[in-house]
Amino acid sequence: MNTTLQTSSRKAHGLLDRLFGWASLGAVLLTLAMLAGILLSLVDGAMPAIQKYGLTFLSRVVWDPSQDNFGGLVMIYGTIYTSFIALIIAVPVSFGIALFLTELSPSWLKRPLGTAIELLAAIPSIVYGMWGLLVFSPILSTYVQLPMQQAFGNVPVLKMFISGPPVGIGILSAGIILAIMIIPFIASVMRDVFEVTPPLLKESAYGLGSTTWEVVSQVVLPYTKAGVVGGIMLGLGRALGETMAVTFVIGNTNQLSSLSLFEPANSITSALANEFAEAADGMHKASLIYLGLVLFFITFVVLSLSKLLLAKMRQREGAAS
Amino acid sequence: MMDSKEQMFQHRQRVNQMAIALSMAAMVFGLIWLVWILWDTIILGIGGLTIATFTEMTPAPNDPGGLANAMYGSFLMVGLATLIGTPIGVLAGIYLAEYSPKSNLSNLTRFVNEILLSAPSIVIGLFVYNLVVATSKTFSGWAGVMALALIVIPVVIRTTENMLLLVPSGLREAAYALGTPKWKVIVGITLKAASSGVVTGILLAVARISGETAPLLFTALNNQFWNSSLSGPMASLPVTIFKFAMSPYQNWQELAWAGVFLITIAVLGLNILARLLTRPQS
Repeated sequence: MNTTLQTSSRKAHGLLDRLFGWASLGAVLLTLAMLAGILLSLVDGAMPAIQKYGLTFLSRVVWDPSQDNFGGLVMIYGTIYTSFIALIIAVPVSFGIALFLTELSPSWLKRPLGTAIELLAAIPSIVYGMWGLLVFSPILSTYVQLPMQQAFGNVPVLKMFISGPPVGIGILSAGIILAIMIIPFIASVMRDVFEVTPPLLKESAYGLGSTTWEVVSQVVLPYTKAGVVGGIMLGLGRALGETMAVTFVIGNTNQLSSLSLFEPANSITSALANEFAEAADGMHKASLIYLGLVLFFITFVVLSLSKLLLAKMRQREGAAS
Repeated sequence: MMDSKEQMFQHRQRVNQMAIALSMAAMVFGLIWLVWILWDTIILGIGGLTIATFTEMTPAPNDPGGLANAMYGSFLMVGLATLIGTPIGVLAGIYLAEYSPKSNLSNLTRFVNEILLSAPSIVIGLFVYNLVVATSKTFSGWAGVMALALIVIPVVIRTTENMLLLVPSGLREAAYALGTPKWKVIVGITLKAASSGVVTGILLAVARISGETAPLLFTALNNQFWNSSLSGPMASLPVTIFKFAMSPYQNWQELAWAGVFLITIAVLGLNILARLLTRPQS
């Protein structure tokens, strides 16, 4: 009696065990299917545009829904230009923050400051976007754009980069808002990788009389190179795919009339955000999805590189310990 | 000879001081933005906040009104997305930590998960549009729920796995030695031991999707009226803020500030709560 009860309960457990295992395996397969699904559905949705334009889509400047004539260069240019500006600002600042948090900050300040920087990463992008449009852009135009145009408006090459309507909306404001958004991402990755530098290495350098800067630039940085680059790539991936913060301040103009920092422009994400819900079925929608596919491809490559570099860093950490 | 050594020493010190000063400046630069943005959000947000904000529907331009329908839509969609996404994420996290931590499948999944975690959320919107909206021929709250759930899953997977890995393997081994079946070890012991960490992951996921706008733009779309049915277009706070903030109307912009204030408070509150939960005991 007792033994049959035990075997039946063991059987029940065996079944439950198998069900639980299958369910968790199923969840894993679902995750994998998600990525494959995203890729396939984008390719499928973009097919009409891919068939019509092929890869020349990437170098065509026109974007004219009324003539059903599309090309992606304006948006790709906007996406890359704004992300580039964001990196130029964010990388040195993030490095400074990580340096401060790991080497300079008194230990009672480390946690609160680190948390503050991480909270900056948690603020939803729509807050940055709205703040950028209603508060930051007017300030940028009054205190930066107008003085620059007055001072350098007649200098030959320079004036190309600062022309534009004095509204503060355009490539530069989008780049700056993006920079504010990605600083916390890059800074916290850099801080984390700086912290894995073996204390022995750092202390040896300090013991030989190195200054803080020499320790960071000649011991910590070379040791954490891969991780630092990985962090920058992670920030770049964020910047490329960011939607709301950019859509508010970039100006949403589908023209490529000048290289100016103050020219309203467009990015892949803001074109999608503004046009997709109202786009006519057919070539307009397909072209927008094609843009989405291009964005996904670029961010996929950037993020994969970032992950590989960070994984390399982690392996090294394992090997050292 | 002495002189040049002295000079070199001074040069090194100058460089060091400059680096330290720049590093402090960078820290201040980073914090200024946080303070500035929060300050404006609080001042302008409280200015736009009234009782009507919570009780009335989104108005036409220049009419009085509130954000009640948008708040309801956000609550409903965020809640359902969390309910759907969490079990999938937890199960996948369990597989990665407990079933086969080192298999090729697990490594691939970790990699894919990291990509999904940082993939542009607007692309998720496009995916759900193709999958749901294009086939059902209507924008709907359900499509919004699905898009948000797809964002919840990777966040929960990562925290669940990390938290399960922190559970000492002695606990598992002790349970197995007593003849406990695997599912019971996982549900009753390791998951329980890691529960505060797993809850943290869920809170972070809720915080993340509460502010997401891009994936809702062409899934749930927007709705000016009260709508409790998920099979039609549905308003949400972020999308309403987007529409109102871009408009030239004074009252819309004020409501947008009030909405941004509410979202910021909710998201930061959730983040701080999550941090308190996993604070290392010292």
